[in-house]
Amino acid sequence: MVRQFGEVLLAIALAPLFVGWIAQCRAWLQSRTAPPLVQPYRMLRKLFQKDVALAANATPLFRITPYILFGSMVLAAAIIPSIATDLPFARVADAIALIGIFATARVFQSLAAMDIGTAFGTMGARREMMVGFLAEPALLMILFNAFLLSGSTALPSVVEAYSAGPHSINPSLTFAGVAFVMVLLAENARVPIDNPATHLELTMIHEAMVLEYSARHLALIEWASSLKLFNYACIGFALFLPWGIATHGADGGWALLLAAAALIGKLIVFGAALALIESLSAKLRIFRAPEYLATAFLIAVLGLLVHLLLGS
Amino acid sequence: MPHSNHWIVPSLNLLASILLLISFAMLSRRRTQRLITLYAWQGLVLFASTFLVAYSSGQKELYYSAALTLLLKVIVLPWVLYRLIRNLGAQWDNEPLVNIPTTMLVGLGLVIFAFGLAQPISMMANTITRNTLGIALAVILLSFLMMITRRKAVTQVIGFLAMENGLFFAATSATNGMPMAIELGIALDLLVAVFILGIFFFQIREQFDSLDLHHLESLKED
Amino acid sequence: MSHAAWISNGLLSLQRHDLSWMLILVLGWLVLGVIGLLRPHSLRFVARGLFPAGALIALGVALLGGVALLAGHAPQAAVLPLGLPGLPFHVRLDALSGFFLLLMGVAGAGISMFAAGYFRSGEGTSPGVLGLHYHIFLASMALVVLADDAYFFMVAWELMALSSYFLVVSQHRRSEIRRAGFLYLLMAHLGAICLLFSFGVLQGGNWQLTFEAMRATTHTPFWATVAFLLALLGFGAKAGLVPLHGWLPEAHPAAPSPVSAMMSGLMLKTAVYGMLRITFDLLHVQFWQWGVLVLVLGLFSALYGAIFAGVKTDMKRLLAYSSIENIGLIFTGIGLAILFASCHLPLFAALALSAVLLHSLNHSLFKSLLFLATGNVLHATKRRSLGALGGLAHTMPWVATLALVGTLAIAGLPPLNGFVSEWLLLQAFLFTPQIPHAFINMLVPLGAAVLALTVALAAYVMVKFYGIVFLGQPREPALEDAHDANWLERIGLAWLALGCIAIGVLPQIALRAAGAVTGLLLGQTVNLSSHLLWIAPIAPRQASYSGILLLAGIVCVVGITFVLVRVLAHGRTRRTVPWDCGYPWQTSRMQDTAEGFGQPLRHIFAFAFDMERELPSPADAAPHYRIHVEDRLWRMVYLPIVRAVQRLSDAIGVLQGGRLAVYLLYSFLTLLALLVGVL
Repeated sequence: MVRQFGEVLLAIALAPLFVGWIAQCRAWLQSRTAPPLVQPYRMLRKLFQKDVALAANATPLFRITPYILFGSMVLAAAIIPSIATDLPFARVADAIALIGIFATARVFQSLAAMDIGTAFGTMGARREMMVGFLAEPALLMILFNAFLLSGSTALPSVVEAYSAGPHSINPSLTFAGVAFVMVLLAENARVPIDNPATHLELTMIHEAMVLEYSARHLALIEWASSLKLFNYACIGFALFLPWGIATHGADGGWALLLAAAALIGKLIVFGAALALIESLSAKLRIFRAPEYLATAFLIAVLGLLVHLLLGS
Repeated sequence: MPHSNHWIVPSLNLLASILLLISFAMLSRRRTQRLITLYAWQGLVLFASTFLVAYSSGQKELYYSAALTLLLKVIVLPWVLYRLIRNLGAQWDNEPLVNIPTTMLVGLGLVIFAFGLAQPISMMANTITRNTLGIALAVILLSFLMMITRRKAVTQVIGFLAMENGLFFAATSATNGMPMAIELGIALDLLVAVFILGIFFFQIREQFDSLDLHHLESLKED
Repeated sequence: MSHAAWISNGLLSLQRHDLSWMLILVLGWLVLGVIGLLRPHSLRFVARGLFPAGALIALGVALLGGVALLAGHAPQAAVLPLGLPGLPFHVRLDALSGFFLLLMGVAGAGISMFAAGYFRSGEGTSPGVLGLHYHIFLASMALVVLADDAYFFMVAWELMALSSYFLVVSQHRRSEIRRAGFLYLLMAHLGAICLLFSFGVLQGGNWQLTFEAMRATTHTPFWATVAFLLALLGFGAKAGLVPLHGWLPEAHPAAPSPVSAMMSGLMLKTAVYGMLRITFDLLHVQFWQWGVLVLVLGLFSALYGAIFAGVKTDMKRLLAYSSIENIGLIFTGIGLAILFASCHLPLFAALALSAVLLHSLNHSLFKSLLFLATGNVLHATKRRSLGALGGLAHTMPWVATLALVGTLAIAGLPPLNGFVSEWLLLQAFLFTPQIPHAFINMLVPLGAAVLALTVALAAYVMVKFYGIVFLGQPREPALEDAHDANWLERIGLAWLALGCIAIGVLPQIALRAAGAVTGLLLGQTVNLSSHLLWIAPIAPRQASYSGILLLAGIVCVVGITFVLVRVLAHGRTRRTVPWDCGYPWQTSRMQDTAEGFGQPLRHIFAFAFDMERELPSPADAAPHYRIHVEDRLWRMVYLPIVRAVQRLSDAIGVLQGGRLAVYLLYSFLTLLALLVGVL
């Protein structure tokens, strides 16, 4: 139980920092002055202090959605083994059900975006749902790869299976990893599909959906989306880089500290890599998104087929 | 086997998978220049895998053929092709006949077909790399598909060369490579083919002011 | 005798006679229908009196079905003193029929309750006649499931088709409804003919029409395949499997909403029942080719239905296409179950079959709920086109809230019920690489991707449906005074919504019910003995899911967050106009229309549609935009058949000369031919 709460609190605390780190790396790569690492926290504090300006025709659905988004992301953080596998709550959902939780958050966010009835809100909702249905087959194929290698879709079992077996560079896992990074970028509204820094109306997806939100609602949504990115990163670590996660039976105090240190190390490297990818690629036209995600799907399927052929 | 294949087989599998991935990347690229780069990468992977097979099986000949691969497919042919497209002014976009997601799906079907076909065949081989025969077959079919779906003449040559890469890989994985004499012959053939085709391209452009292959349709008699 | 023992004895005696009780309940429906004819024009008597009674009977049917399912005793059979001489009606109650009776009872109770408040006077057929058709429809569906011989099955099947036909055309004064009804009747009968042939093959030459005799017959692989294919055609036509789906998007929207709900929620499931009965009960062998065929048809239907639901702009038609999608998912599961069963992997077959049964149950709940909600919207606004709706959450809070449950459930989101069955189906797909056939073990896993795409598309479709109907601003001023559902309707909707939540949160109960069926059909159940809180169909290590903990977790975290935000920050809120990037002129017409929301689908899946588009030019003074999307299969499959039939009937029509002498000549020639036969 201590592990469980510790992990959740760590996720809630680290998630804005992770986003801040990526922003910093991006700024460096683009020769700009980087914002301080704690900028996201300052943003959150500012937003929590403000008064909510709520559209007159908002329904209760609009008001409860930020809480549901935040709640489902926290719940997901409780399920994903980021520092230890022996989590009492992890059995609530396997990786497929985890996708379901993310889908719930997405549907609520889209419905809330349509609630006020503005042109941008509905446009954002439609695009978000489109990216969602394009990404989901790829994500499932990635999990299929993990299942074939570990015999499980429950993330703790996957981590345990990997740490028990010998380490070798596995082609199908490599493919799945590449596909996963592509899906991660698309699902978290990052560069090739969406631009987190844009407020240009016609190209935005995520920002278009949250236009009507303000103050504490917006703060919760922003926090939830940083948690989503954090969660995706942790799913990626569990599936492809499980080293360092404290496994069942070997998770005393020191092991947990070591695992937390490993997690932070992985986040630093991965964040920098994401910033690099984002700086190197250009935002795609919205109708190139199917091509992009089809490529991710294809790579994941190739991984699956290669596994079936080579049987490794 | 002189060496333990504890790490060699996984590495070979990984290389084979990368070869397959490069073939798909070729299917999805629109720019001719990028295709040539990918072809060079394919050659590099091929070199690495041949080298590994040579190391694990201890056959001297295979070292030579690895070196030949490096020289010909990574350095000479890409260089020749670069020169060719620069002189022809055909570096840029090369819109495919069929849209790319459809091509990819067809490609996926071909891969499954090749893998299914190779499963019984590879049982007969006794090399450590026999499992990768399916991948070699898939690379051949995918290159063929690329030749079919592209409009421009240069891409056809690259497809042809990629197909030869697949054949070469099949030979290495199924029987630890072909006899040296044959390999040298094939290398010479490739070189000659590229030169002849290059001359053809200039002729085609002279004739039609374009490298678009649909102009050739006007040659038929009706 | 202690109290508890007395109750358990009572329950036991109930079990012993549950087949008779079931038949009495079904008879009760018929009696209710006939009573309605006593005062056929009194809406008060028929609707407010008889329909709630029908709902009570449905509850009884659900209860008995559940008992038959969970008590785990031997199937009960009986012979009724009805039918033709030498061909009496056989009935049987086993786990499979028990499950489908449970489904019909649970969903039927909600629909009947809703219908009690729904029907208005002056809409089409008189209430008494409508009530008669309605209750015959209910009873005939129950009889289809109870029938134990081919003859009785076909009688009940035809009764079902006819009563539902009359319900579809209850507003027969409108020509498009008559047309839809005709198409429906035609397809129903083509399907029935296929079934008749299938039973003909199954009886195997000894002319015993009871299912008992068919079970005892062994069929050669060829004849088994013929019977299977005919059954697939017949039941596929009833279920709306692509390409036999042509009638479904026409007939379901034409019917009054409670009838649409019954057809989509319940009647389609009788086809699923029949498919399972013939494939796994009456036939002893399954071949993997059958599985692949059903799997491909199922996946195709699912994707097809989802894509078309995404571009439709009539709300009931959208739901009808969504039914095709869900039937596709169910048939995908059946195909998978056949595939696994044919490869002697009974555990995985049981997993797939559990998903099939659970999804049938779930679909009967959430689809009924949504069809009923559209009925409310229709009554309140007189509009069916999505483009004329919007913002109804403000004026119809009850319907909006309950429809939200259905929307989230059908979109396959945890912790509601739609997710559980789709999760089980995906779990079953994970094991397809173990199928010992080259190619199949590589191709079938890709089906999981199609499935994931379909499920995600369903979420897209439902966001479109709910967002455009209930959220946003009203697109027409008349919507401001829409009225909410009355209390009878609310009970019906709430019952179904509660079912969606209950199965989602406690799927282990429904899974146990499905386990009884898989035990009967395959001799194998998925892992049921795990903890009360979890489901882990294969092994806890492999995958587990807990709806109740998920719900509890979300509620807790949301509650804690809410309190923390209030305590640590504040709750100050002021109401303003929408911001919308500061654009000053905003009207409700600037929201996405249904066409706009479907645009990405039209773009990505352009190959599936026949599209006609009129785009305004920038210089138009009165710009007009129109798009018409047509089913490409309609042109490719149905119209050629129609033309062929037309040609054939033209050819035969030549015989009809119109002159009396010619007709006399025909009679004379016939007479001569008969006389020659006598010779």
